[in-house]
Amino acid sequence: MSSESDAVVRVDGLCKVYGGKPAVDGISFEITTGETFALLGPNGAGKSTTIEILEGYRDRTAGNVRVLGVDPGHPTLAWKAQLGIVLQSTGEPGVMTVAEQLRHFARFFPNPRDVDETISAVGLTDKAGTRLAKLSGGQRRRVDVALGIIGNPRLLFLDEPTTGFDPEARHEFWDLIRGLTREGTTILLTTHYLDEAAQLSDRAGVIAGGHLIDIGPIDEIGGASARVPIVRWRDERGEHSVRTTEPGRTVADLVSSLGAEPPALEVIRPGLEDVYLDMVGAVHEHEEVAA
Amino acid sequence: MNMLALGGWRARYEVVSYFRSLDTVFFTFLFPLIMLGIFTAAFSAAGDIVVKPGQPGISVGAYYLPGMLAAGILLSGVQNLAVDIAREKSDGTLKRLGGTPLSPVSYFIGKVGQVFTTGIIQALLILVVARFVFGIALPTDPGRWLTFAWIFVLGIVTSSLLGIALSALPRSGRSATAVVVPLVLILQFISGVYLRFDQLPGWMQAIASIFPLKWMAQGMRSVFLPSDFVSLEPNDSWQLGWIALMLVVWFGAGLVISRLTFRWIRKDS
Repeated sequence: MSSESDAVVRVDGLCKVYGGKPAVDGISFEITTGETFALLGPNGAGKSTTIEILEGYRDRTAGNVRVLGVDPGHPTLAWKAQLGIVLQSTGEPGVMTVAEQLRHFARFFPNPRDVDETISAVGLTDKAGTRLAKLSGGQRRRVDVALGIIGNPRLLFLDEPTTGFDPEARHEFWDLIRGLTREGTTILLTTHYLDEAAQLSDRAGVIAGGHLIDIGPIDEIGGASARVPIVRWRDERGEHSVRTTEPGRTVADLVSSLGAEPPALEVIRPGLEDVYLDMVGAVHEHEEVAA
Repeated sequence: MNMLALGGWRARYEVVSYFRSLDTVFFTFLFPLIMLGIFTAAFSAAGDIVVKPGQPGISVGAYYLPGMLAAGILLSGVQNLAVDIAREKSDGTLKRLGGTPLSPVSYFIGKVGQVFTTGIIQALLILVVARFVFGIALPTDPGRWLTFAWIFVLGIVTSSLLGIALSALPRSGRSATAVVVPLVLILQFISGVYLRFDQLPGWMQAIASIFPLKWMAQGMRSVFLPSDFVSLEPNDSWQLGWIALMLVVWFGAGLVISRLTFRWIRKDS
């Protein structure tokens, strides 16, 4: 199979302008079958605008977009039947019960999942007969996810799915998503939790200021240089930090030159979070200089 | 699943959620009944309403029954749907539905089905309470009930479409009540629901004649009031032909506006 037909999502030069200001400014990426792709970025970076254009909710200003081979600017019901959409949280009154809501939504789709099995997959079997309004925020979010997967989607959109979850609920949610990945579901995830992206996704794209500033496998984001260990210590002249691929040798040299234990010595291997914060911070500085 | 069957499931879902929402049950479903009760109680000592002095008349409750039935149709359709859909737009209900393969046609069938079902139950409740609690005599002539049936059906479908059309007006769910309720209330006052239409000034009657409520109320009076009350109507006639025409025109207008303005979400807001 060629890589062409493997692409579930293709985005090429996507632009979106609001009131003369670009919110998304020339973003390109692809997502292949079965992959989980994370879009990372600070609030207002253009993540949600991008995902809502792919979902068919927003019109784009320019660029080429194909989702499951269809232009989301011209959505059809048959196309929507293959998508699962978990929006950022909504405020519906919630007078129906969990089971009623899922049973009802299952009717919209040609090939839905089993309702009871889906309720159990999101861990709400005990709450199946409870009205949505009576659920906690985390439980309602799980209903959102259940509604997103009830149609057996080929492509699942998760827009900041675990905002407001406690750590335990987040881990359970990750297990649920891993299960969907094993079933072959392609997933596009936006999040500002870096650990979530690291846990769930194969590849990530980082958006800041409407630009895609990096894209790649999760452990290569920011490039090799961004992951070079940092040796940090303090002396009477202040704080020092040195980036080096040989932190052990640096520490040994430091100890012999000081003739003593360096105060507040740290050896840091930058994780995704550090790399990400550096990248986003650099974009901010750049923007401030430009402004 | 085809659009019609799914529309049926939507209607069922909508009816259940309607009766689980206490504010709609009170302000839409029970409102005309409560008003009928208040009118009957408040004016019980005022004496009957007569066409000419000295002739036998009917109780105030009996006189206002047709107006309350017409108001029920308007509230169930216009007020209920305009507020309901505007709220669904702003709270994310429509956004969620718009992301599924649900056809807007099925969605509309569900809404009209909800209005139809709740409207019929409401009218039955008003009639039963009027007859057995307030002792108001109901017509026995099948011809009158036939008139009731077509005015009710045409009125309720027209009101539903106007409600859908009007839901495009409020900018947020919160402002929906503030935009819609005064409109509906004013219409009720000038259309002969709470005030006797024959006693309103001519210019007010003229304004009311543009809108459908006046025609629905007039049609309901033709069903429930004694025949000699026709002499209180403008032109001494029930004008059933005009009622049908005006409702059909508003039906068409509601359909066109709904079709042109309805969106699952406001794009680019």
